[in-house]
Amino acid sequence: MSGATLFGLLAAGLVGVGLYGFIVNPQPLRKILAFNVIGSGVFLLFGAVARRGAAAGMGGDPVPQALLITGIVVAFSATALAVAVLLRLHDVSGSATLSSDPPPAAGSEDGAK
Amino acid sequence: MIDAFHAAAALLILALGIYTTFARETFAATVGFLAYGLLLTVAWVQLRGVDVALTEAAIGGGLTAMLLLRASARLRATEAAASAQRPGVTTRLLAAFVAVSVAGALALAVLALPVPAPTLAPEAAANIATTGVGNPITAVLLAFRAMDTLLEAIVLLFALIGVWSLAPDGMWGGRPGPRHNADPHGILAFIARVLPPIGIVVGIYIFWIGADHPGGKFQGATILAAMWLLTMMAGLTDAPPISRRWLRALLVLGPAVFIGIGVVGAFTAGAFLAWPEDWAKPMILVIEIALMPSLALTLGLMLAGAPERPAQP
Repeated sequence: MSGATLFGLLAAGLVGVGLYGFIVNPQPLRKILAFNVIGSGVFLLFGAVARRGAAAGMGGDPVPQALLITGIVVAFSATALAVAVLLRLHDVSGSATLSSDPPPAAGSEDGAK
Repeated sequence: MIDAFHAAAALLILALGIYTTFARETFAATVGFLAYGLLLTVAWVQLRGVDVALTEAAIGGGLTAMLLLRASARLRATEAAASAQRPGVTTRLLAAFVAVSVAGALALAVLALPVPAPTLAPEAAANIATTGVGNPITAVLLAFRAMDTLLEAIVLLFALIGVWSLAPDGMWGGRPGPRHNADPHGILAFIARVLPPIGIVVGIYIFWIGADHPGGKFQGATILAAMWLLTMMAGLTDAPPISRRWLRALLVLGPAVFIGIGVVGAFTAGAFLAWPEDWAKPMILVIEIALMPSLALTLGLMLAGAPERPAQP
């Protein structure tokens, strides 16, 4: 197994772990965290594809690698915006929840949206 | 070929990803995410993406984790109420099913990637001489796919405007985030005095070396932003009010110069963002130098958050 395959499989695992956390964890900040785990998995998958494109004396295909740098920066700005929205929600409402009904009902699944 | 070190790194990354997702306390999960981001750089180096590794360490690991750590500290009081809304068994089973299916499909796709792999590396190698830079990634970012980089700089600016627009009405134009008051003789203030001169040199070096070696403006700007944030957190400097003219001028300087030079390219080389052959390197340098302060300020202010205090305390 080559390094690209190893980290490609790791990327698949990370996307799965992040996706589960994104759906199941009710806290918005944890969803943002899980979103970043999914994102890094996707980036790693793309990086494995770039590594396989090694040619012309380069260790990897430079075009996907450059797009990855762009992607990481854009993911950071999306995270910063999401965190700012969450902190503002907390300041205005005094709570940080995605549930629409104020008292949390047992087994409520509204938060998963 | 794969060795034990990389297999161990992959396992550790997966374990930290799982820990980040399942840890009980958000603060602990965020610390896990910080370690996770730093370990991912090992994967990036193994994948021969040293430029990506630098970006991941600086932005994906460092800045993102810092942002989330500060948010988790502020939201700690709400944690118990929010985590009480844990979904039922059915939802969790369905989520596990979805996650395993997606991960399985991706793993199958990884194992079934075409051989030989499609690549643009020979094209990049054949045309890199026309750009005057030696690092193929910089050539892609600022010549072959300059439009992506321009739009990225504009996305950053829009995200910052989005963060600012979350300010309460009365605080518009004020200073972002809370004022930090650290002990002026404490270790934080000491580090905030000793580290920035070194950090600024390292940041500018990484920026400058990016033309020919791994590095570049995003990684360099992140280090400069981190140094600025360090002095802010130690209470040595304060975030500027967002209504300052010089601040707004510096923020739009990079994208404006980028667009301006792109328009020059339309007349001299026949297309927007095209560089005439002999002038490619100087034009790329001017764009990079103009983008650097804009990026450092944008990244730093994005971490500082929405305005929360009036401009005059």
